[in-house]
Amino acid sequence: MNRIIKKKRLTEGVNLFEIEAPLIANKRKPGQFVILRINEKGERIPLTIADVNKEKGTITIVAQVVGKTTKHLGSLNPNDNLLDLVGPLGQPTHIEKFGMVVAIGGGVGHAVCYPIARAMKEAGNYLISIIGARTKELIILEDETRKFADELYITTDDGSYGKKGLVTDQLKEIIDKGKKIDLVLTAGPAIMMKFVSQLTKQYGIKTIVSLNSIMVDGTGMCGACRVEVGGKTKFACVDGPEFDGHEVNYDLLMKRLATYKEEEKLAYDRYLQKITDKGK
Amino acid sequence: MSPTKVAAPFKVRNRIRRLKPAATKHQKYKGKRTGRIKMEGKKKRKKKVRPQRQDMRRQGPKERIKNFNEVALGYSEETAVIEASRCLCCPKPKCVEGCPVLVDIPGFIKLINEKKFVEASKMIKKTNVLPAICGRVCPQETQCEIKCVLGIKDKPVAIGRLERFVADYEAAAGEIEIPPKPEPKGKKVAIVGSGPSGLTAAGELTKMGYGVTIFEALHKPGGVLVYGIPEFRLPKDIVAREVNFIKHLGAEVKTDFVVGRTSTVEELFDLGYEAVFLGLGAGLPKFLNLPGINLVGIYSANEFLTRSNLMKAYLFPEYDTPLRVGKKVVVIGGGNVAMDSVRTSLRLGAEETHIIYRRSRKEMPAREEEIENAEAEGVLFDFLVNPVEFLGDENGRVCGMKLLRMELGEPDESGRRRPIPIEGSEFQYDCDTVVIAIGQGPNPLAISALKGLKLNKWGYIEADMETAKTSMKGVFAGGDIVTGEATVIEAMGFGRRGAIAIDKYLTTGEW
Repeated sequence: MNRIIKKKRLTEGVNLFEIEAPLIANKRKPGQFVILRINEKGERIPLTIADVNKEKGTITIVAQVVGKTTKHLGSLNPNDNLLDLVGPLGQPTHIEKFGMVVAIGGGVGHAVCYPIARAMKEAGNYLISIIGARTKELIILEDETRKFADELYITTDDGSYGKKGLVTDQLKEIIDKGKKIDLVLTAGPAIMMKFVSQLTKQYGIKTIVSLNSIMVDGTGMCGACRVEVGGKTKFACVDGPEFDGHEVNYDLLMKRLATYKEEEKLAYDRYLQKITDKGK
Repeated sequence: MSPTKVAAPFKVRNRIRRLKPAATKHQKYKGKRTGRIKMEGKKKRKKKVRPQRQDMRRQGPKERIKNFNEVALGYSEETAVIEASRCLCCPKPKCVEGCPVLVDIPGFIKLINEKKFVEASKMIKKTNVLPAICGRVCPQETQCEIKCVLGIKDKPVAIGRLERFVADYEAAAGEIEIPPKPEPKGKKVAIVGSGPSGLTAAGELTKMGYGVTIFEALHKPGGVLVYGIPEFRLPKDIVAREVNFIKHLGAEVKTDFVVGRTSTVEELFDLGYEAVFLGLGAGLPKFLNLPGINLVGIYSANEFLTRSNLMKAYLFPEYDTPLRVGKKVVVIGGGNVAMDSVRTSLRLGAEETHIIYRRSRKEMPAREEEIENAEAEGVLFDFLVNPVEFLGDENGRVCGMKLLRMELGEPDESGRRRPIPIEGSEFQYDCDTVVIAIGQGPNPLAISALKGLKLNKWGYIEADMETAKTSMKGVFAGGDIVTGEATVIEAMGFGRRGAIAIDKYLTTGEW
């Protein structure tokens, strides 16, 4: 069950896994996610389904090492099994022909954007993709995106690849060129989604953001993932993960994401120590 | 009042009198009833004095708040037999009427009296596949024990403790015997949800010979028994043991399977299941619609308990899931879930814990036993107060709350006196963790995918209370997703009735 059949290193600390999960592969629509648990003592973490292969009965996930669980996940190899994998969860993206769609992925957030962008392209939209990251090493799925995107732009904070600057600079440039954008969709760090939404709000461009709240069950049972959208409490796991970017309370999202910062660090340090000791 | 008006049958009544230990409170009647007392005196010499209701050993409060081990330690063989000897063996047992799954209570107690403990457990299992769980979490005081005839003049027989004892005895003796496999019916039934109603329905249907698959959304079966009720009240090994019993009966359990997402109910029919039982539970936490409700450090009881129970956050960092509990924890609500949450927070290291309830102690829906346990452990109770706002610090963490004092008015539809805010009574309170335990609503995940399924005005599934039939042919529903929040045993009773109705439907084809 839940056997890893392929692992591909995308960049330092970011891995792509293809996992056997025929039921999930069969049902999944772009925008949905899974929750996985590696072993009996593990935590449940949500990850977007970046791709599926219905014939093979597999799903693809992309995970960046940010803490203990993702570090452990990154150490797994083909033929390893995940103890638990459940999904597809969340509301699928509303896909239709809007006209011109800009998909903005920040860092590993591009793994969330990528399947939605492709579905948007397949629905007949003119698709512009912007991939941003701190540095060249962290740009992922560039070639894959280039295959279908009508235009592709890359920005890096340090200018090591593509344009030096932020994704919002690139977006503004596109807007300033006079292109009529019908929809922006974005996924990545909360702060990036906040600034993208601020910019598009000025221009009245409809914006969809995919939120990465902390979750436990992922089925609407616990409310750990609650976010404020338009002043109302919503559960990212069942009402989302996508919401109207102009209505999301990002400051609250960022504070809630930091809930377990200390515990996460403790668990990560402890794990690193453990693998170092093992190495000795 | 003439003595003939006493409710108990004449014979029984006399036995109560005869066997009563010299009760001082009745001594004032001595003068009037000299003749009768004399008669009692005569017979007493032949019969031994009825023993008192036997206490159960427990961990002391100071010790138990430092661990997650079970608080109650159960009867010894000796105390169980003494307690069983108190049973009047009524020819028409009232206690059975009080049991939602109609356990043969005098029957199993008689077997305890004869020291046939394993047989006693088997007798319970004929109608109740989860005795070790029911013996622990059923509110016997409002079900079987309240009906106990002995309880009219004395304390009722401790039926729950006896049930727990025999179930544990059977398990410890390693003698859990699987009943012989029945003739297969060649028909499949899907059970959605592995909580009390689903497990019971699955157990009963398997015993009848149906092929049963239980679909569970979480990674462990048990529903509220594993994510909700804490280890110190219901050890998870015991839940696993009872689930294993149902698996051994022949039921298959598929975890990590979200009906409504992984597959729809319609698809289950396509897979060859001929009936579907929805035992989904309530499962949508209610939050207070107050300013600051989404501050960090404010949890739903569901999240708080799921992290601790299902994910074992109390063993962090050995287990990966954390749960941050501050120094001063406030739990809002007065039910069993509130008691579970507040007692969990104590064990996780909270220095000061409060229950905030908007009515008075008398109206609290929690079991008396749970309230007493919480009090003994040092939980502080603030009655007749209600929060109006949560206050946060610069990091968005909760640091306090504003409250209003309440007074009780006329009874509302629940029969409890309605709390009314006292104007100008606002006050503040510091705290760093808040748990909201004010109840649940219906989780729409599985239901929303079922177009055409009739719901009631609160969003729960409309189903017949006797047959569990919904508005859709072949779809049955029971437990909290129909009744709203209720008890484990009520959900089990519903699951049992549902199983009987499913059998009838699949046998006759009539809806």
